[in-house]
Amino acid sequence: MIVQALALTLRLAVVVSFLLLLISLPLAYWLAFSRWRGKFLAEAVVSLPIVLPPTVLGFYLLVALGPASPIGRGYQALTGHGLAFTFTGLVIGSVIYSLPFSVQPMTTAFASVDRELLDASAILGASRWRTFWRVILPLSFSGVLTGFVLSFAHTLGEFGVVLMIGGNIPGATQTVSILIYDQVQALNYSLANITALLLLALCLVLLTLLYALRRYNRWSLWEWH
Amino acid sequence: MSSREEVTGATALHAKIRKRFGSDGRAAFQVDVEFETPAGITILFGASGAGKTTILECIAGLQTPNEGSVRVGEVSLFDSADEIDLPPNRRQVGYLFQTLALFPHMSVEQNVRYGLASLSEEEREGRVSDVLNSFHIAELARRRPAEISGGERQRVALARTLVTRPRVLLLDEPLTALDVVTKARIVEDLRAWNQRFRIPILYVTHDRSEVFALAEQMLVLSKGRIIAQGLPQDVLHRPELESVAQLAGFENVFDCTLAKRHTEQGTMACRIAGSQVMLEVPLTRVDAEQALRVGIRAGDILVSVVPPQGLSARNVIAGVITSLEQRDVMFIARVYCGATFEVHLTPGAVRSLPLVTGSQVWLVIKTYSCLVLQGSGQMEI
Repeated sequence: MIVQALALTLRLAVVVSFLLLLISLPLAYWLAFSRWRGKFLAEAVVSLPIVLPPTVLGFYLLVALGPASPIGRGYQALTGHGLAFTFTGLVIGSVIYSLPFSVQPMTTAFASVDRELLDASAILGASRWRTFWRVILPLSFSGVLTGFVLSFAHTLGEFGVVLMIGGNIPGATQTVSILIYDQVQALNYSLANITALLLLALCLVLLTLLYALRRYNRWSLWEWH
Repeated sequence: MSSREEVTGATALHAKIRKRFGSDGRAAFQVDVEFETPAGITILFGASGAGKTTILECIAGLQTPNEGSVRVGEVSLFDSADEIDLPPNRRQVGYLFQTLALFPHMSVEQNVRYGLASLSEEEREGRVSDVLNSFHIAELARRRPAEISGGERQRVALARTLVTRPRVLLLDEPLTALDVVTKARIVEDLRAWNQRFRIPILYVTHDRSEVFALAEQMLVLSKGRIIAQGLPQDVLHRPELESVAQLAGFENVFDCTLAKRHTEQGTMACRIAGSQVMLEVPLTRVDAEQALRVGIRAGDILVSVVPPQGLSARNVIAGVITSLEQRDVMFIARVYCGATFEVHLTPGAVRSLPLVTGSQVWLVIKTYSCLVLQGSGQMEI
């Protein structure tokens, strides 16, 4: 039971963090460099999951993904089954829920790259695309790594959103945190204990690795004139 | 490369730039210039805040003028009338930033090859090794910018820009932070390079010594406008415009009143306002009531520690050194004689006299070292 929940949790975290990397790189670039006046609106929306209780987010997602909404209906027409209480539904919910943890460190890192380096790159004939890959990304490596690891770890420890839109289906939507809750409800404390310890250790190792890696990446702390 | 002659041939840069800063009705700063510079080094000279960097950034495409045009030969980079505005990466303009803006995460060689992405591998190798050798940085190829000296970084930045064979080169006070010797060597390399490629080079500085070392011609900028242009010796040595004189580093500029004309000697005596100090200056046609200004270069003043006698110089003024500081290979002394004069001395002179703060000295100034400027008001053009 633990192995099954753990495998599912890790699969979810891997899928979500990679999806978030794909979404966050362009989104963070836009947030860091766009001159659009209404940008603050987008910033507020992206940050919303940090302050909202997971139940609120989960509730709206459940409604949005359910058979009563166009999204839910469309998905059902395409695949023959609904989104709610499935692994895919869980991925969608987790991506939205962890978005700020991924986007914010990247935005900060991109915005702190010296503007003159970007000007120099353009003047040397580089397109924005090339400037991004050759100058911005290498100099923001630490921020991108932080966003990636935080979104991974945050997905590992997710509870409320999963419970709301995934329910508690072993093998499909029962993650480690749900399993722990389930075991405690069943007064099965020894299993809950082992599971909780496992999750604690995993998150600790991940974050330790992250901060250790950041120490060795000095570009973000570059002091040079 | 067959198009090389077109890219590096002697084509002039023509710029007409009008750019306003600050909106509303308040007295907003405005840059409004038009000039043409042929191949060779043109100094863009002016005090800080005169708009020098704005002009460079408008040419490079980092800022957009409100109106105007930027052309190199027949190629239009910007034209507000025709709505042409090439992005910086398509202008082929070389720009050396004041901060150099080397990529800190790349080696010297990676920095230099950055602008050559569109070339074949073979041509890239050739150009990179050529430029690394001509700027004497080949042995630094694998180092990072943080691991080399300031002068070396300057060379790398210059090489990185020039290796792309730009149509125009813009230099924003690139040598300010360097010592005189390093500066001179880099200037030599830049000159040698310019002998080969002959493109318009616009060189921003507010340092007068760089003007003579480099310039084939100069533009003097004040408050967003060009107030003088021409050969450096013409512009800087006989400045008829007061603000040019100040810019050109007449370290001593005094408000004076006319005391007496010595028409038969071709001189006149005038008194520095607020003091008893009299200066004998060349006779100029001024009215008695008219305000005068007298400019004297700090390097044109002699210093004696004993009362000098038997001199041809008409001005011998007693005073006391109030401060003495060393800058590069020069001493700057301030001497109070009723008015304060700035005097530049060599370290040898300071040591052998010797001069210290508090020394009693006599300043000797030739009449024809005094430049008389009429009026004290703002220059009007």
